[in-house]
Amino acid sequence: MRQAIYIFQKEFKTYFVSPIAYIVIAIFLLVTGWFFFATFFLFDQASLRNFFSLLPVIFSFVIPAITMRLVSEELNMGSYEILLTMPVTFNDVILGKFLAAVTFVAAMLIPTFAYSVTVASLGQIDWGPVIGGYIGAILLGAAFSAIGLFASALTRNQIIAFITAMAICFFLTLIDKMLFFLPQSLLGILAYLGADFHFQNISKGIIDSRDVIYFLSVCFISLFAAHLALQEKH
Amino acid sequence: MIQVKNLTKYYSNLCAVDQISLDIQQREILGLLGPNGAGKTTTLRMLTGFLQPTAGSIHVKDYSIDEHPLEIKKILGYLPESAPLYHDMLVFDYLNYVADIRGIENDRKLKRIRKLADLCGINEVMHQPIDELSKGYKQRVGLAHAMMNDPEILILDEPTSGLDPNQIVEIREIIKQIGKEKTIILSTHILSEAEATCDRVVIINRGKIVADGSTESLKESAVDKKNIHLSLQNSNFKSVESVMSAINGITGVTRVEETDGQLDVRLRCESSVDPRAAIYENIKQTDWVLLDFHQKTQTLETIFRELTRESA
Repeated sequence: MRQAIYIFQKEFKTYFVSPIAYIVIAIFLLVTGWFFFATFFLFDQASLRNFFSLLPVIFSFVIPAITMRLVSEELNMGSYEILLTMPVTFNDVILGKFLAAVTFVAAMLIPTFAYSVTVASLGQIDWGPVIGGYIGAILLGAAFSAIGLFASALTRNQIIAFITAMAICFFLTLIDKMLFFLPQSLLGILAYLGADFHFQNISKGIIDSRDVIYFLSVCFISLFAAHLALQEKH
Repeated sequence: MIQVKNLTKYYSNLCAVDQISLDIQQREILGLLGPNGAGKTTTLRMLTGFLQPTAGSIHVKDYSIDEHPLEIKKILGYLPESAPLYHDMLVFDYLNYVADIRGIENDRKLKRIRKLADLCGINEVMHQPIDELSKGYKQRVGLAHAMMNDPEILILDEPTSGLDPNQIVEIREIIKQIGKEKTIILSTHILSEAEATCDRVVIINRGKIVADGSTESLKESAVDKKNIHLSLQNSNFKSVESVMSAINGITGVTRVEETDGQLDVRLRCESSVDPRAAIYENIKQTDWVLLDFHQKTQTLETIFRELTRESA
């Protein structure tokens, strides 16, 4: 476990050594800020609902960009060999890298508190959905980070890792909006698979255990798949 | 110290390592020699636990690599080929990270990093990013990384590949110095390196061990195949062959080259007989002009070439 913490620290610092972190955060803030405030005054409501409704789609391409290098870069450079010949387990490697990605997502969300403060200064804001929204955003970020880590463990090419993760995240985000194409009998199951469906529930301020379990399940399955992918290379 | 039994590794249908067995003693510097693609790196990767063998077993001290991989990794330091380090980290940060992962306590960490920096000669680059270092310095940082936990066993994969002659000598000196206290296994295809640094040499070809012993014993065993080289003028191969074949102890005559009236021949001799005097007497009775006459001593290079060519 101590090794996982050292790997987490190293990975988290690495984000901020290169300009990637700053570029990703800047793009994320620009895109969310633009789309949120472009329609904010039209609705004349002091709520962050529009901001949170955008998050699954924006996370679908921002988080794969954050996670694409996690394992692919190591496989490509060969440093993976050095890492795995030190006294660490696959679990340490996966957990450390996953926590680094999730913490980075959380760090990326911190500047958006400014949106809540701005909205609160303009009207009476209901803090329940805001807090729920941020909890949901972390859960969603964790699930997409796990998917990104899995995609990164599959290949040494970061572009392929990015596209694979983005495709899976988009699929989970959009599946509950495509239901009209599908037979009636499958609707319940497929709607339940949708990440956006669960995220929108939480962002209303209702923390339902089913939604939490959904995100934790996605995390677990993806991390387990990443574990298998690494073990296969062993 | 290390027991390897029938170690085998297949990549799909390709057999990279074929039933290798080795017994490596404490404080031995073992050189793993072989042409490119012989299976050296695969063998080392299995020894470090990075790759799982298809068959066979590895025991380090009393630990089996299948059951106690972490315990083995704790007593082992490994430098992969071309030292693939984290290029975006500073040298000090990198060594600090390795010390953390290796579980070195905070109060000992700085002292250990300083000691390794002195030993590997990296004091002046401690605060430089790794990707700005020359290949020689990267290799030294890799060595410092491998020795961070003061391992009992050090495994080095082609530690001098791509270095200039001065850097090669420096790295060899470091290896020799460390080898006084540690067991070192190094792979190389540079024969002079094995000759200069190793107590024992194992030659691998196509995944199999084709020779195992000290450089001296390998050379001694190869003396059985003694060769004598002659350069003659005013002669032809047919007459040389008939005269030389008649001498006791010569088992074969081969034409090496024939240009501008000069004939170079190689005489293969039995090890038990020294035919040099008889050769000289026979040449004296002809009108040939003797330009060169020497017995070819076997170097590790000729042994290596013979062994790896024979098995190919």
